[in-house]
Amino acid sequence: MADQKKFSRLRNFHQAKWDEEIIFELSQEGERGILIPEVEPEIKETVGDGLAVIPPQMIREEKPNLPEVAQMRVLKHFLRLSQENLGADLNIDIGQGTCTMKYNPKINEVLVSSPKALALHPHQDESTVQGALEIFYKMDLFFREISGLDRFTFQCSAGSHAIMTMASIIRKYHQERGEGDQRDEIITTIFSHPSDAAAAAVKGFKIKTIYHDETGLPDLESLFQALSPRTAGLIITNPEDTGIFNPQVAKFTQAVHEVGGLCGYDQANANGILGITRAREAGFDLCFFNLHKTFGTPHGCGGPAGAALGVVKKLEPYLPVPLVDYDGEKYYFNYDLPQTIGKVRSFHGPFSVILKAYAWIMSMGAEGLKEVARVAVLNNNYILSKIAKIKGAKSPFPAGKHRIEQVRYTWEDLCRETGVSTFDIALRMADFGFHLWSSHHPFIVPEPFTIEPTESYAKRELDEYLEALEFIAEEARRDPEKVKTAPHRSVVHRIDQSPYDDPQKWAITWRAYLKKQK
Amino acid sequence: MPKKKPFIHPYIPNSVPHVQREMLTAIGVESIDDLYEDIPPELRFQGEMKLPPPFLSEQDLKRHVMSLLQKNISCEEYACFLGGGSAYHYVPAIVDEIVHRSEFLTAYAGEPYEDKGRFQALFEYQSLMGELLDFDVVNVPTYDWSQAASTAIRMAGRITKRPKVVLAGPIAPDRLAVIRNYCQPVMEVALSGYDPTTGLLALEELQSQLSSDVAAVYFENPSYFGTIDHRGQEIADLAHAQGALCVVGVDPLSLGLLKPPSQYGADIACGDIQPLGNHMYFGGALGGFIATRDEEKFVMEYPSRLFGISRTAVEGEWGFGDVAYSRTSFDKREKGKEFVGTAAALYGIAAAVFLSLLGPQGLKELSQHILQKAQFTAQKLAEIPGVKICFSAPHFKEFVVDFKETGKTVAEINQALLRQKIFGGKDLSGEFPELSGCALFCVTEMITLEQIKKLRQALSEIVG
Repeated sequence: MADQKKFSRLRNFHQAKWDEEIIFELSQEGERGILIPEVEPEIKETVGDGLAVIPPQMIREEKPNLPEVAQMRVLKHFLRLSQENLGADLNIDIGQGTCTMKYNPKINEVLVSSPKALALHPHQDESTVQGALEIFYKMDLFFREISGLDRFTFQCSAGSHAIMTMASIIRKYHQERGEGDQRDEIITTIFSHPSDAAAAAVKGFKIKTIYHDETGLPDLESLFQALSPRTAGLIITNPEDTGIFNPQVAKFTQAVHEVGGLCGYDQANANGILGITRAREAGFDLCFFNLHKTFGTPHGCGGPAGAALGVVKKLEPYLPVPLVDYDGEKYYFNYDLPQTIGKVRSFHGPFSVILKAYAWIMSMGAEGLKEVARVAVLNNNYILSKIAKIKGAKSPFPAGKHRIEQVRYTWEDLCRETGVSTFDIALRMADFGFHLWSSHHPFIVPEPFTIEPTESYAKRELDEYLEALEFIAEEARRDPEKVKTAPHRSVVHRIDQSPYDDPQKWAITWRAYLKKQK
Repeated sequence: MPKKKPFIHPYIPNSVPHVQREMLTAIGVESIDDLYEDIPPELRFQGEMKLPPPFLSEQDLKRHVMSLLQKNISCEEYACFLGGGSAYHYVPAIVDEIVHRSEFLTAYAGEPYEDKGRFQALFEYQSLMGELLDFDVVNVPTYDWSQAASTAIRMAGRITKRPKVVLAGPIAPDRLAVIRNYCQPVMEVALSGYDPTTGLLALEELQSQLSSDVAAVYFENPSYFGTIDHRGQEIADLAHAQGALCVVGVDPLSLGLLKPPSQYGADIACGDIQPLGNHMYFGGALGGFIATRDEEKFVMEYPSRLFGISRTAVEGEWGFGDVAYSRTSFDKREKGKEFVGTAAALYGIAAAVFLSLLGPQGLKELSQHILQKAQFTAQKLAEIPGVKICFSAPHFKEFVVDFKETGKTVAEINQALLRQKIFGGKDLSGEFPELSGCALFCVTEMITLEQIKKLRQALSEIVG
């Protein structure tokens, strides 16, 4: 059993598997999960049941068909579902590249559980939310330092939302200059996030996508060809999702500026460059950071998230309102932005996320942020050096001998040799308590996977993860069926995908499922 | 010079120098700086980020942040009569327990195998909302009601291939601003007013604005003013007669008692799940729902994730996955429907727990409780000389109070209320010039009889 010794770090893992019912299957007529207080007798005496004034045609005839489940069973149900989920706190979550799955400090959860954070209404008098406003204000100052840009808003709900907001500002800017109709193209790169294209298109822009050259870098010649008087702007990441830093990025921004466009920087991949290189030096006019990635706030199964969106001085009047300012005595909302795009979200932004990111930055300081970046890059290149030795895996593209915070790899060789796909390997990884994510579509890199170790994991944890990859690569040769039928020790087995694209069979709610079963 | 102490941070295990050395050797470089060789000198940041000195110990950090939060006054301390899109509702303990579970809180985007739990929880969220709304399709939550309304409108534009939406009746200024930005330049946004007597959307005005280029009529019921419109079917019929869709925004907590929009002709319903088990967080905890019938022409226009149920290779197991993934920007970049990304999933799980706990009876009782309390409060305030309730239409949890005759501005009144530890209603003076001197009050189950009496007493003194 040489293998077992070689793979000594692999765990004999099995995820919790409850075969938990759908909540509706737990319903027992008459059970109650929680009781609602009755109104005080005086209220009842005055207004009766309250229904008299409601127009009869607006009264709901049948109660909604919600399940009736006693409290402990509801708790148990959702606890079991939680156990059937693999949060970053439990695994070594480095296989979810581009997502920066770092540690989300528990103390920050304690802080946001204060009633002084969670029981604040957005329309409270400013004098009663000075602490909250101070956090918005200071975060603005922090991000000016981190990026070199001049003014930040925290209204955006997430990264994609910030891209849409950047596109809105770019559109408004050209409109104000009388070029709104003419400038209708946004340029991005294929290794920038899909939303850099999609969320800009929502604002009516045509999208021009720059592909990479043979070295893996976005092709400068292609950019020159794409530029024209129609160019409204550029929205790109750097490093791109390959983990390769584009050293010519300033030439990109300069060329776009020369034709009158604006440059937006998607900094979703900022974790390896904090304090090293900034939007300002690269010539960007707008940028945003994901608070839920780089700044330590949890991903919550897909939100709530948050973004810090910053601009250079000339674009400040276009930001969504309100901003938070300080008059020397008190913090206040500033709605006085003459060219504002208006709003992108109700109220002021995802405050719980902003507060956690504030606490995270205050736990790090400037030296800490830089150490985050340096260790994230160290970890990434350590993994790169090890994966390069796994037979069947490799990192495409010669550019970027070293990579920044992540690497997009390929299982192409292994797949050709064994017929095992990146999807199969991802599911086999679940048997060892890991995630492995392929990559965003389209798969420019064949059979891709993207690893981003962040700064949060110890070397021995990185080794454990690597060992699982190596084990599965060997297993794919030895026993490909085992990999192709994975997972074996996860929550469920291979799912029937056939209903999902068939309108006759898909069921997006339980009620639809029941109808279609008939 | 003393040797610099290594920076070892509890969140960064590999900040330990000898571990770093071991890893650098494995990589084959001398220092971490060598790994940045691709970043040319002219792009290097030469300065230092001027950030405040950090609180490296957890206890110092806690003291610092708590001292900032201490400057806030919460709705646990003062009586809150504010609404308008975020409201102070009760959050059951079990909801907090579930959303703080590490497994949910720190998960993101695993496969429906090792992350089956979040897929099922969100499928159940969709299903529970489907019952509440009496619709067969509900999305994984988007950012907020404003985004949900914006997307519903853009969906209607694509379905009907028409370029215009009519927003009818009272609507929150925040939401209007979001919709305007999101629609521009693809769809034209036209406004249709409200009847100054009833507070309901002005039907004749709406009718006059309908034409063959209108993709959708959007209205809210209950409205921003809290008013309940009984003419939903009539409005939907008007829209449909012109080939437009009917999109209705709704407070989900009203649906224990009130008819859901699907039952009076709406094609798309939308709204916010904050009231369903989510703390306010200064207006930061929002989640938008969009719901429709289960028709391909609707389903294929959603930008959001839609989780579907299936079976697996092993009998008895439920499986989950993405329905019609090819519509999304994850699959098709700019060719997908709008865009999708991280939004408000955990708030959706909170809403699922909340609705599972309340059940049909709990929801009805809560709707009714709010309805009774809001009616009572409105009656009590109307007893004060010079204070009137605007609009004759019935209301749910919000209503507009007219202080014009008192000679005091809402700002003055609210400052005086603040001194008595009351957050008075939202001043509408700036938002609706014709409602200068009026305020939007909101009453939830968190307000006590004592607080209502205190409000009445305080207002009597302030305006008396």
